[in-house]
Amino acid sequence: MDRPTVTKRGVSGPPLVIVLLAAVGLAVFVVPLFGLLVQTPWGGLARLLSSDVVLDAIRLSLVSSIAATVISAVVGVPLAWLLARVDFPGRALVRGLVLLPLVLPPVVGGAALLFALGRRGVVGEPLYEMTGLVLPFSTWGVILAATFVSMPFLVITVEGALNSLDRRYEGAAASLGAKRGAVLRRITLPLIRPSLVAGLVLAWARALGEFGATITFAGNLQGRTQTLPLAVFVALESDRDTAIALSLLMVVISLTVLVVLRSRWWRPS
Amino acid sequence: MSGLEARVHVERSAQFRLDVELTIPEGRTVALLGPNGAGKSTAVATLAGLTPLQAGHIKLDGRVLDDPAAARFVPPEERQIGVVFQDYVLFPHLTVAENVAFGLRSGGSTRAEVKSEVVRWLDRFGLGDLAVARPPDLSGGQAQQVALARALITEPKMLLLDEPLAALDVTTRAQLRHELIDHLEGFSGPRLLITHDPTEAFLLADEIYIIEGGRITQVGSADDIRIRPRTSYIADLAGSNLLVGSAAAGIVMVEGFELLVGDTHISGPVLATVHPRAISVHRRHPEGSPRNTWQTEILRIEHYGDRVRLRTGDPLPLTAEVTPVAAEALALSAGSKVWISVKATEIGVEAD
Amino acid sequence: MSGRVASALLAGVLSACSPGGASAEVLVSAAASLTDVFAEIEDAFETANPAVDVILNVAGSATLREQITAGAPADVFASADLRNITVLSEDGAIKSGITVFATNQLEIAVPPGNPAGVSGLADFERTDLLVGLCAPGVPCGDFARSALQLAGVTPAPDTNEPNVRALLTKIAAGELDAGIVYTTDVVAAANGVDGVMIPASHNVTAQYPVATLIDSPNPEGAAAFVAFVLSPSGRSILAEHGFGVP
Repeated sequence: MDRPTVTKRGVSGPPLVIVLLAAVGLAVFVVPLFGLLVQTPWGGLARLLSSDVVLDAIRLSLVSSIAATVISAVVGVPLAWLLARVDFPGRALVRGLVLLPLVLPPVVGGAALLFALGRRGVVGEPLYEMTGLVLPFSTWGVILAATFVSMPFLVITVEGALNSLDRRYEGAAASLGAKRGAVLRRITLPLIRPSLVAGLVLAWARALGEFGATITFAGNLQGRTQTLPLAVFVALESDRDTAIALSLLMVVISLTVLVVLRSRWWRPS
Repeated sequence: MSGLEARVHVERSAQFRLDVELTIPEGRTVALLGPNGAGKSTAVATLAGLTPLQAGHIKLDGRVLDDPAAARFVPPEERQIGVVFQDYVLFPHLTVAENVAFGLRSGGSTRAEVKSEVVRWLDRFGLGDLAVARPPDLSGGQAQQVALARALITEPKMLLLDEPLAALDVTTRAQLRHELIDHLEGFSGPRLLITHDPTEAFLLADEIYIIEGGRITQVGSADDIRIRPRTSYIADLAGSNLLVGSAAAGIVMVEGFELLVGDTHISGPVLATVHPRAISVHRRHPEGSPRNTWQTEILRIEHYGDRVRLRTGDPLPLTAEVTPVAAEALALSAGSKVWISVKATEIGVEAD
Repeated sequence: MSGRVASALLAGVLSACSPGGASAEVLVSAAASLTDVFAEIEDAFETANPAVDVILNVAGSATLREQITAGAPADVFASADLRNITVLSEDGAIKSGITVFATNQLEIAVPPGNPAGVSGLADFERTDLLVGLCAPGVPCGDFARSALQLAGVTPAPDTNEPNVRALLTKIAAGELDAGIVYTTDVVAAANGVDGVMIPASHNVTAQYPVATLIDSPNPEGAAAFVAFVLSPSGRSILAEHGFGVP
């Protein structure tokens, strides 16, 4: 918390090699954005972005990414806590399973979801017969696909924070009479808040950008399952200007949220 | 009985095994004194309920807190043991007042009750001005006071202090040691002080348990330990003479006796330490440099291993240590008249 | 966007890596629905011309057109519709004349055994079924909508899949009760779907045009490949896969 401030004075400039390599690194991110900006049909932007297709996609993307983040928080934080705090048999395997969506191609994840939770899937079929609920081709399917790919970001961040947290804070709270729930609420969660917020933001950003698992599992229907990335992909085949306008919109939304959150709440502890 | 009765057995590996018995009556302070890695922190964790026992038992005021054989384990939040952790472990996201209030809020007191109690305790520790400060902004001494207030406000049945003075600088340490003595006296339950510093143990504890390699190697008063150290660790570290006096211009007065010391700047109340091996024993008045020289009588003599410990009499009773060869050459025995000398530079002095 | 950039980069790397490349390689950009048949034509062509290596780049027709416009090297373009190849022609990217080498018809694909009892295009109005189409703008999606219009059916699709393969996967898995695909997709046993015929009066004929490109790195190879597709050998392979051959 109490860091010495490094003053500019007396510190020589950073090595040129590092600056050059960093510039190349930055270019990897900036050049594609530049390409997008060059292609953007600025004049018709307002008209392009106010079409039904676009407004539906924005609404659906926000709803599903936020819902996926909330679900990730509700079930992902307890999962991270178990992984960090309880030494149960097979913990390494469970950790691997949780992190699998990070490396698995999202399309594979979507196919797996389809085979498991589809109307004819091993879990989906009994679910459908009991409740009539069909997850594919529904907004719940979109949310599930987004949760599948985004929750690992939250779990990995929160577990890391829990592992590096001095356990004695929790011990001190317990010795002062706080029950386990109170310790979690009043000590553990506040102390890992920066990581928790970072994990939530990363999970949300991943959910917002989710494409492969969604189109494979949930399909693509305007207003029901067509999120912004899907709308971009479909529009690329038929309506390039709309595709570019949508891409630009995603960049603006994501960048705004990431920058604002980073400066407001997501400070490294 | 009231007080603490415990046999703590924890085995982590072939290298680490803790097996100690502790008995602390109400109103008494026991120091658990030992080197780093001896198992002191594990002992704290088991008593506080943060680590379960593998064998043994912990009983406080007749209530069983942990007994693996009877499958009984009381979780930390129900033990009513106040703990001052090493480095204090204040909650960094809460203010000083919120830290102190934490235990009462957990105990279900009303908001108003908590508030007035917290104000009272902050004032008692002189922390009123720091109520809204955050732990990272506190000095070591202030942090220790907050930790102590935080533990005591819940009126625990026992107090556990893990190295309460170790994180402090020398001048603060002397001041807070006095305050700590007052707080300990004001606390009616059993108190356990964990420390690696013999001075702290001698000054604060009624009884000292020496712990080495996970086992208790000696139990006794400060005097017992000084004159009859049972291991070389105890002899080397805990066996030093500790003298309380006052200093001025390179002289420390101890109960009317003047000792020349190397430190000529320190003044006021001091603690002086003299290692038994720094004391020379002679049959005749020694020649040469040592100016702290006096004649006395040997009260007791203890042989053990390759050491011989002597207890000398007035005017300044001390424990000295000589080799068996020297003891024989000097024909030392109880009642022998001898000359004692100590170099001024061999006397450690610190503010009390 | 990124897919296009990646493909262009990849194509560039491939051509840069092959020593003396131009005469030995023919780069063929073919519509996704030609995947299987062009793989077989590639084998037959390479057997007949051992010195030549055909490299297939398979994607949606519109994606392929975007790649070619962006400068990805290609010798031959085989599209699933006339629209995309016409756009390229208007841009001046086409060298030879455009030749229709195959036709395809539409068919309703259903899961094996047709569990929902789908009998015709009218079922695409039913909201109690889960039905899918290709997205508008994708050739199979545009054709399907033309057929539905001819039948006077306003479809209520539950998904607009980005390409015909994605649609087939969901039908084969039983997650969709029906979808409109190409006859050739139903013929291919590997797709694991059954077919329900669409009456000729409502059906639409898709035309597959092929052309060589103006920026072709290997004009002779390109011409040879197109000639092979139009030859009796090429036509018989196409027919085996269920394509109509004009």
